[in-house]
Amino acid sequence: MATQNRTTGVGRVLVVVYGILAVAATGRSVFQIIDRFHEAPVAFSLSALSAVVYIVATVALVAPGDVWYRVALVTISFELLGVLVIGTITLVSPNLIGLASNDPFGRTATVWSSYGLGYLLVPLVLPVLGLLYLRRRGRAVAEAA
Amino acid sequence: MITWFAFVQIGIAALGGVLCLVLGFAGRKPNDYSLGSAALVELLLVVQLVIAIVAPFAGNHSTGNPLEFYIYLVSALIMVPLAVFWALVQRDRWSTVVVGVANLAIAVMVFRMYEIWCLGIA
Repeated sequence: MATQNRTTGVGRVLVVVYGILAVAATGRSVFQIIDRFHEAPVAFSLSALSAVVYIVATVALVAPGDVWYRVALVTISFELLGVLVIGTITLVSPNLIGLASNDPFGRTATVWSSYGLGYLLVPLVLPVLGLLYLRRRGRAVAEAA
Repeated sequence: MITWFAFVQIGIAALGGVLCLVLGFAGRKPNDYSLGSAALVELLLVVQLVIAIVAPFAGNHSTGNPLEFYIYLVSALIMVPLAVFWALVQRDRWSTVVVGVANLAIAVMVFRMYEIWCLGIA
């Protein structure tokens, strides 16, 4: 079971994209919190939270075992929810999370703003691919067992 | 920052990225071309770091926040070796695709560095 559970093949591409997004979200939120936290405290706190979730999701995709599988499932589902909810709020009513503008390339933009448009929509597409990958991997493990 | 150098760097990283994706999807394992492209991209990042350190002494200051610029630059410098290491854990076609993704990410990051330094877009 351990061998089927390892990240192999196309899954490694998924992991590298997750890793890059984790770095992107972490870098951006750390800088925004250091430089301009007072401009949008709620949005930047959510941004930092998303960064932590991306880091955990990246680790969970690599780490073997059932527990990590569930961690991956939870974190990736959380991301999908996050990008949909925050993406909608930033488009419809940015004031709700203390944002003056909904410019996805602006100084208060986060990884989830406008469904991740500032990150070429990768934050929107990635959790979907992640969940599909986990389902396939889960099925492969079940068949091997 | 030297504008033309940044754009040469973006071009090489983007070309290297596309090259690796094509080679990877064609089923090629990592070879001198794909790994060479990553090595070249990393070398150019080191040159960019040297330029960024020296430029202010020549009166070429960052328009935007230098901290943000350096977060990108240092992340980029670390990212390429990590991606290559991750790619080579198992040598198959996906290793080549992984190197390609990293190269493309560097192209985007250098463009952001250009925006921060030259245009002051935060």
